[in-house]
Amino acid sequence: MKAVITVVGTDQVGILAQVSNACAQANVNVLEVSQNILGGNFAMIMLVDIAHCQIEYPKFIEILAQKGKELGVDIHVTRQEVFDAMHRI
Amino acid sequence: MVNTNDILETIRMITDENLDVRTVTMGISLLECADPDPRTACEKIYKKITTCAERLVDVVDNISTSYGIPIVNKRISVTPIAMLLAACPDADPVWFAKTLDAAAKKVGVNFIGGFSALVQKGFSAGDKALINAIPEALANTDFVCSSVNIGSTKAGINMDAVAMMGPVIRRAAELTADNNCLGAAKLVVFCNAVEDNPFMAGAFHGVGEPDCCVHVGVSGPGAVRAALAKLPKDAPLDDVAELVKRTAFKITRMGQLVGELAAKELDVPFGIVDLSLAPTPAIGDSVARVLEEMGLECCGGYGTTAALALLNDAVKKGGVMASGNVGGLSGAFIPVSEDEGMIAATEAGVLTLNKLEAMTAVCSVGLDMVVVPGDTPADVLSAMIADEAAIGMINTKTTAVRVIPAIGKQMGERLDFGGLLGYGPVMPVNMSSPSVFVHRGGRIPAPLQALKN
Repeated sequence: MKAVITVVGTDQVGILAQVSNACAQANVNVLEVSQNILGGNFAMIMLVDIAHCQIEYPKFIEILAQKGKELGVDIHVTRQEVFDAMHRI
Repeated sequence: MVNTNDILETIRMITDENLDVRTVTMGISLLECADPDPRTACEKIYKKITTCAERLVDVVDNISTSYGIPIVNKRISVTPIAMLLAACPDADPVWFAKTLDAAAKKVGVNFIGGFSALVQKGFSAGDKALINAIPEALANTDFVCSSVNIGSTKAGINMDAVAMMGPVIRRAAELTADNNCLGAAKLVVFCNAVEDNPFMAGAFHGVGEPDCCVHVGVSGPGAVRAALAKLPKDAPLDDVAELVKRTAFKITRMGQLVGELAAKELDVPFGIVDLSLAPTPAIGDSVARVLEEMGLECCGGYGTTAALALLNDAVKKGGVMASGNVGGLSGAFIPVSEDEGMIAATEAGVLTLNKLEAMTAVCSVGLDMVVVPGDTPADVLSAMIADEAAIGMINTKTTAVRVIPAIGKQMGERLDFGGLLGYGPVMPVNMSSPSVFVHRGGRIPAPLQALKN
């Protein structure tokens, strides 16, 4: 079971650290990370394995959304199946 | 991993462009609940609905959270209640409406459709009683939606039923005059009604459907508009159609995924995905703005029908590739009060009822959520229904009328329904009398198009 965490907002120190820390605390393994600065906007995409997530999955999503609010960035967690469905034939 | 740009595009569609799954609708057959004793029938109905849909809301909410897909509504459609009334013709149909309402509240859905009758070729036992009870049923319930099918390409138009529906719409508005005439907003009159429609107010569960299944209605005019905005203004319309198709494909795939997950989780068959562009009053989530993005100054001007025809067709072509279970109404909706751009176009005086009528020949349904003056005579409403039905009958498509007479209000005023139903300015109506025509009764015969065998 894989999910994609997207972080969009203004670049700042420690975004990657904070998000990966939240993942580590929930026993969510980070598989891939890619990040770009597009026109001053920071966009990070993280593929994670949620199969062994130790807290309830909705709670994990809530924690990350909260983390986003603290950092002033938008964090979304979407299951990989959604992107596969929409972008692969 | 999926391409970075694709991921960001999806997230943008959801967060900025109002992409969502508009509804997951569970269709439930109530045929086994028919009983000569109306009390027993209502008990069976309540039990069947609350059993089948017990987990609907939880399951759908869970899919929404876990997968990161906004799912706006959870709804239920049931067998047309007139069929159950046939078993107990002396029963008060309002009991049945109240039972549906109670069941909807128990399971936590926000609408239940199926207080309906199918009378395209004539009335059978229970049909007239149900139709006459619609205004009271809608005034005494919160979540019940009603529809009546008065015509089809195969059967022609039942003009006796058409003559009945004008007064029924007026009465539904009058009984709810203190609540923005909301009764009339929950009542649709159809020609060529579909049996697997997930959208309200016209949803009912057809007799050819399985015992219980789930349908999905997708949305996404905001995403289509945003995609078109990036196209150069001199790009040919072939490119416009292609882009709409691509976007509709993505939107529909999301609906297909949700439908598959919900059906599996609820252990019922997956019904259909309705390939729809359903607007909301939110800024940017508007079908009118999609048409304007194609190059019209304002929705309602010349070019609108052509642009809508292109849009409607491209949505279907993109969507049909994305889903193995296409059905429902499938196309672009044009509900005036639910579409921010259409409200603006109406207030500007550019979008008129005449133009809307033309648009219904090429969109997915018909005259939808149109507010008319409070003194519009019932005969004029009936004639409006007859015209719409004729467009549907001849073009072998679904057409519908959901007009709301704004009781006590005139031009320049408006009705504010709130929420997804939005608000609508009163539109001018041609009041020339069609009374003699409407009251001839009888049937407009089925057209040659019906003879396909």
